[in-house]
Amino acid sequence: MNKYQIHLNSKRCIGCHGCEVHCKTNKGLPPGPMLCEISHEPLRSARGVPRTEFRFRSCYHCEDPQCLPACPTGAMRKREDGIVFVEQETCIGCMACQQACPWGIPQLNPASGKAVKCDYCRERVDRGLKPACVTKCATHALRFVRLVEF
Amino acid sequence: MVETVWSVCGMCTARCPIRVEVEGGVITWIEGNPHLLGGALCARGSAGLALLADDERPRQPLLRKGGRGEGRWQPVSWDIALDQVAERLQAIIAKDGARSTIMSCRGGPFVDPAKAFIQALGSPNFTNHDSACGRNVHHASLSVYGVGRPDLTYDIKNARHLVLFGRNLLESMKIGEANQVLDMLDAGGRLTYVDVRQTVTGLKASRFLMVRPGTDYALTLGLLHGLIKAGAYDAEFVRRHTVGFDELAAFVEPYTLDWAAQECGVKAKSLKELIDELGADRPRVIFHPGWMLARYRDSFYASRNLHLLNVLMGNLEIKGGQIFAKGAKDCGRKGIRNLTDLVPKPEERRADGAGWKYPHFDKGPGIFPLFYEAMATGEPYPLKALFCYRHDPLTCFPDPGAQKRRLDTLELLVSIDTHYSEFGWYSDVILPESPYLERDCQVAVQKGPKPRLIYRQRAAEPRHDTRPGWWIFQQLASRLGLGQYFPYSTIEELWAWQLEPTGIKIGDFAAQGFVDLADKPILDDRESMARRLATPSGKIELVSGKLAAQGIESLRPYESPPKPPAGSFRLVFGRSAVNTHGHTINNPLLHELLPANRLWINKRAAAGLGVADGDWLEVISQDGAARGQIQAKVTEFIHPEAVYCLHGFGRQVPLQSRACNAGMSDQKLQTGLLLDLDRVGGGLCLCEGLVTVRRSDRNGKREVEL
Repeated sequence: MNKYQIHLNSKRCIGCHGCEVHCKTNKGLPPGPMLCEISHEPLRSARGVPRTEFRFRSCYHCEDPQCLPACPTGAMRKREDGIVFVEQETCIGCMACQQACPWGIPQLNPASGKAVKCDYCRERVDRGLKPACVTKCATHALRFVRLVEF
Repeated sequence: MVETVWSVCGMCTARCPIRVEVEGGVITWIEGNPHLLGGALCARGSAGLALLADDERPRQPLLRKGGRGEGRWQPVSWDIALDQVAERLQAIIAKDGARSTIMSCRGGPFVDPAKAFIQALGSPNFTNHDSACGRNVHHASLSVYGVGRPDLTYDIKNARHLVLFGRNLLESMKIGEANQVLDMLDAGGRLTYVDVRQTVTGLKASRFLMVRPGTDYALTLGLLHGLIKAGAYDAEFVRRHTVGFDELAAFVEPYTLDWAAQECGVKAKSLKELIDELGADRPRVIFHPGWMLARYRDSFYASRNLHLLNVLMGNLEIKGGQIFAKGAKDCGRKGIRNLTDLVPKPEERRADGAGWKYPHFDKGPGIFPLFYEAMATGEPYPLKALFCYRHDPLTCFPDPGAQKRRLDTLELLVSIDTHYSEFGWYSDVILPESPYLERDCQVAVQKGPKPRLIYRQRAAEPRHDTRPGWWIFQQLASRLGLGQYFPYSTIEELWAWQLEPTGIKIGDFAAQGFVDLADKPILDDRESMARRLATPSGKIELVSGKLAAQGIESLRPYESPPKPPAGSFRLVFGRSAVNTHGHTINNPLLHELLPANRLWINKRAAAGLGVADGDWLEVISQDGAARGQIQAKVTEFIHPEAVYCLHGFGRQVPLQSRACNAGMSDQKLQTGLLLDLDRVGGGLCLCEGLVTVRRSDRNGKREVEL
């Protein structure tokens, strides 16, 4: 069962795209791959005030991830706590994972020639910290939540 | 081993406090100072790492080889560059005196060495960018309270209602301030946002008023009228602490809410509701008096009225209102030493006329564009040398072509900056300063309700042959025989010298990255508050005694802005949270987010021109002399009389491969506006220019190639 999720309080989000750069700098990524993304619908007028809401998307860390069986080298792995990650040493950059993912989430890191994706900054999580995007969210709109089973 | 280094972000001029993690000399992590910002940082803050890694910045001192702006440079050592600057300065001073030199900088807490240097030379001509930014607001504040803009802070978090006139707080992004706005909204506070277009700040507003460009002053007049008529103001506060109320009330008599609604193109009902809310929410109402308000010919008066609206709310020195910024003295402590205090004040008059020709202008930084006037006329005396420290006048001020013609009258242009500025590219010498993560800065006081001392500590050794500002100015001064004014050779010595009177040690910064001078925010009682007012009357002056002494009106009759002719638009500009003017456009990670700006144009106006979203447009300045190419963003959420673009794009420094010719520059289209300066407020009138917009021939209809 997945233990974690990233939740966006869109009331506090100001679309500053900080999370995207926090993520990239933490992973040392060059221009190109973007592991999380802020997006919004075009503005529409609601009672005289033009509105839209910001949305956050990273990897869904599926219960039954389709990228996993597609990976020919077993580099795509799922941890017990539900975090789906790419083991960089084993990845050959074939991007079968991206083809298999309904959202095309894994991306090619042109610097390493390997797949890269959101892993909730697992090294940080293992140290009791939160993912980079959440830790440094400019308005504390992102939260790293631990899911509990009822 | 992970080491913590405390510093202050330098990606924009908000200067958010940061905590940097360093492992083996390499920066691995930057976050907002957890003690003050809970880790929060913006995109630019994280992209500081990309700035360091980028080689497209000046990497060693450069001397110009060809003509100005030709782009041929000779890399030299620091010794050669500094010797040459010192020699040329000496020759200039011998011939035309020290007064012929100017130092401009980008303002902020770390300008002391630059200011001390020009003052030590014996020149009064220290200046900055502010006439293209907050001079109107500053001078308006001086005329009302006798103290300037930095002396008042806003307790937004605890306000019930925040009213913003084009003050795009959530995209200009001081992290702390943005969070205050969101905290206020979370607590049920109201936000009224006034602008000619929708912004992210407007998205969060409870009321959005899209006004006709150039009518802010009309709206403030209507609100003053509305509040006074409804009796929705703090009469007791006004009676005890102000002068000139009757004159104000009589003056605004004709400017009714209905009139303002019509003039601004908003609903009268909406304004009436606003008055009701303000009456209910006061005194915890804040009218932000503006930050960058170098926009219209009446922007000074609009800002002044915003200050007056605050006064009518009675919001001074209360929770949820305006709070006077406190310094060391207010905490019963001794302040730090500054280099500037060591240097005798030059007696010469300023070449820009601040303080004598224009007695109402704060002569601290004066008014940069008036130096251009002096360069053109040679009056009051000849000018020969200009240093720009972290300041790019060619991006900041209108009409770079007109600026260059005036700069050509100078014998020496020196750029001290971390990146290639347009000015640097045109200058004679580039002295590359180390980026903020690679340099220390002196200790500075951050005034506020709870004042503190801050400093910047280098997190990494410079990758290139760059140097910190405190060293550059000390070295120049030593070469000119002025070393006694820079009594240090290392940053540790400078820190120790600065801190000596305070009893605080630099080691005291190690725990949090700053040192608080007070345990909790200091709030005066109303009587002590009154002692802070530095006006001639000692009261809040709704009608200014100082302006009256100059024969300048405090309350100016409103003039309606002319409607642009068909096909013409008022060019307005602004900023986004991912870029800082022209400063960060070439940053690899920020360029990825926003490679070029687009021209916002109203849906109906675009339809009239046959323009669709994404089309290439040709934008022509009012005199036809300048042209720009840009793609259209067609939206209904901008006023039909205006077109808008982000400022800072359209740069033309070839060594900035990402930024060069990306997007369109607004300032290059602001022809004729360089000296369109408000002689009362000191601000430029950057939105007074019109442009013609048409669909570009670049939009092909046919595909001819294979």
